[in-house]
Amino acid sequence: MKPAGLSFEQAPPFGVPLRFFLTAPWFLVLAAALLGWRGPELFASRWSPVTLALTHLLTLGFMAQVMLGALLQILPVVVGVVVPRPRLTAALIHIPLTLGALALATAFLSGIPVWFQGALGSLGLGFGVALTAINLALWRAPVASGTVIALRCALGALLVTVGLGLSLGGYFGWGWRLPVVTMTHLHAAWGLVGWTALLVAGVAYQVVPMFQITPPYPRWLIRGLAPLMAVSLVVWSAFLLGGRETAAALASVMLAVGLAGFAATTLYLLTQRRRKIGDPTLGYWRISMASLLAGALLWLATLLVPALAQAPQVQLLLGILLILGFAGAVINGMLYKIVPFLAWFHLQAQLFRRAKIPTMKQLLPETRIRRQLWIYLTALLLSLAAAVDPSIFTYPATLALGVTGAWLGVNLLNIWRMYRRALRSSPP
Amino acid sequence: MAAIAEFLAAEHRGCDESFASAEEAAQAGDLARCRAVFQRFQAEMERHFQKEEDALFPAFEQASGNAMGPTRVMRLEHRQMRETLAGMEGALAGGDLADFLGQAEALLILMQQHNIKEEQILYPMCDRLLGSAVGSVIQAMRDLAAR
Repeated sequence: MKPAGLSFEQAPPFGVPLRFFLTAPWFLVLAAALLGWRGPELFASRWSPVTLALTHLLTLGFMAQVMLGALLQILPVVVGVVVPRPRLTAALIHIPLTLGALALATAFLSGIPVWFQGALGSLGLGFGVALTAINLALWRAPVASGTVIALRCALGALLVTVGLGLSLGGYFGWGWRLPVVTMTHLHAAWGLVGWTALLVAGVAYQVVPMFQITPPYPRWLIRGLAPLMAVSLVVWSAFLLGGRETAAALASVMLAVGLAGFAATTLYLLTQRRRKIGDPTLGYWRISMASLLAGALLWLATLLVPALAQAPQVQLLLGILLILGFAGAVINGMLYKIVPFLAWFHLQAQLFRRAKIPTMKQLLPETRIRRQLWIYLTALLLSLAAAVDPSIFTYPATLALGVTGAWLGVNLLNIWRMYRRALRSSPP
Repeated sequence: MAAIAEFLAAEHRGCDESFASAEEAAQAGDLARCRAVFQRFQAEMERHFQKEEDALFPAFEQASGNAMGPTRVMRLEHRQMRETLAGMEGALAGGDLADFLGQAEALLILMQQHNIKEEQILYPMCDRLLGSAVGSVIQAMRDLAAR
């Protein structure tokens, strides 16, 4: 144990995470624009190219964008290790990821191989830098807490997700011969259940008890859930690749039960919160965990009733619950904590005692959060309805998604504007 | 046995409770109760900081031979929290509960990210590094509180 090797350096510059956070909401708007352009056909099947374009605008442009930006920010806090050359590292992740997400959506929409090739190169670079930088930090962590264990599992799952995604890109871009359907199942499961759910769990172990002031998660869950899920994913993948359908279904029961258990535990802890004052981000946690629970139960139902698994609507419902419901909502809620806090934090460090610093609630008034949240919930419910009846609900869902995404983007931009104004107007 | 980790993490939870009570009073618009609860909370925080700064950190720095590492940043963060607490005290003195709540939001995050660093990293390191001296360091912290 060498404490000297432990770096407790303070947070990276504001611009490092902020560039990710200010970009991400506009991918929600872009997704809504695509929905508005192509209409109800998007809800025909998860396998149609337009739907795949939409999915990747959400998962790469919105989800991965914020998740990677937030990781660069929180690693020094939860792990005690700094990512080297933060500005350069952030740029080398952010720019290729953004361009890659746009290129991949274009590739699915056009079907032109060269777009897949460009997306592959760009995303390969962005994720390559991210995985290298974050892994280096994580494996140097001085103490292997439950969060570190979950983050390591999540990062491992991201590696698998990206590897599978790049290979699938090779199928479209260069005509590689691959078992595309099975690999797509694996890609989606490793991305949503491995990377996303385990990252959210690892962060929730810290954030939920501390910021909502609740009892802690049970110890066995903190230490056991992530490894159990990771092992189940490996076993499930092996059976699926080996063509052992029944065994694979049994392994996926483990995965669905694990997700449901995490969601139910979190919802229970939130009912025990000691912090009594209204906290708008709490609403986002509830939407997220309720969606995860609903998604996990729906997944279990498809395992028990095979006819359900074949229905294209059920697969779309699962995707919407997990991407827009579970991941999208918790990300949106976290942004509303992280961005105003960081603005305040950096202002305090730079302006201390020279000017009155706006509080977090002045940087982002609660009424704005609350209204945007209601529209987000509306967008989620309308999207679920559109999966069942696209002809009626597609356009209302489009409108709600576009409005809530743009509103999130404007709310975050406003914080940045106030931050810059406060810096400019302060006496030197 | 993770003795220091448990002893000081329990104090963190105590401070969380008081924080929640002060915030609750402010939200209810009860200035008098908020002032009373906040005063207790601020004193509780100060006692906790002093235990660390006067007993735990010197012991850690001596055992690790490193006064510029983690404890330096922890002291900086204590200062930052003291300043924010002073700002909240000022808001209460002026009777501005909205300003108090706005600053409380930031204090909670400052407190909790500091707690995460201490509970996840620093306290376990102290327990390992100090070994058999753990008991006497805890006693020193108790004595400080009794003073």
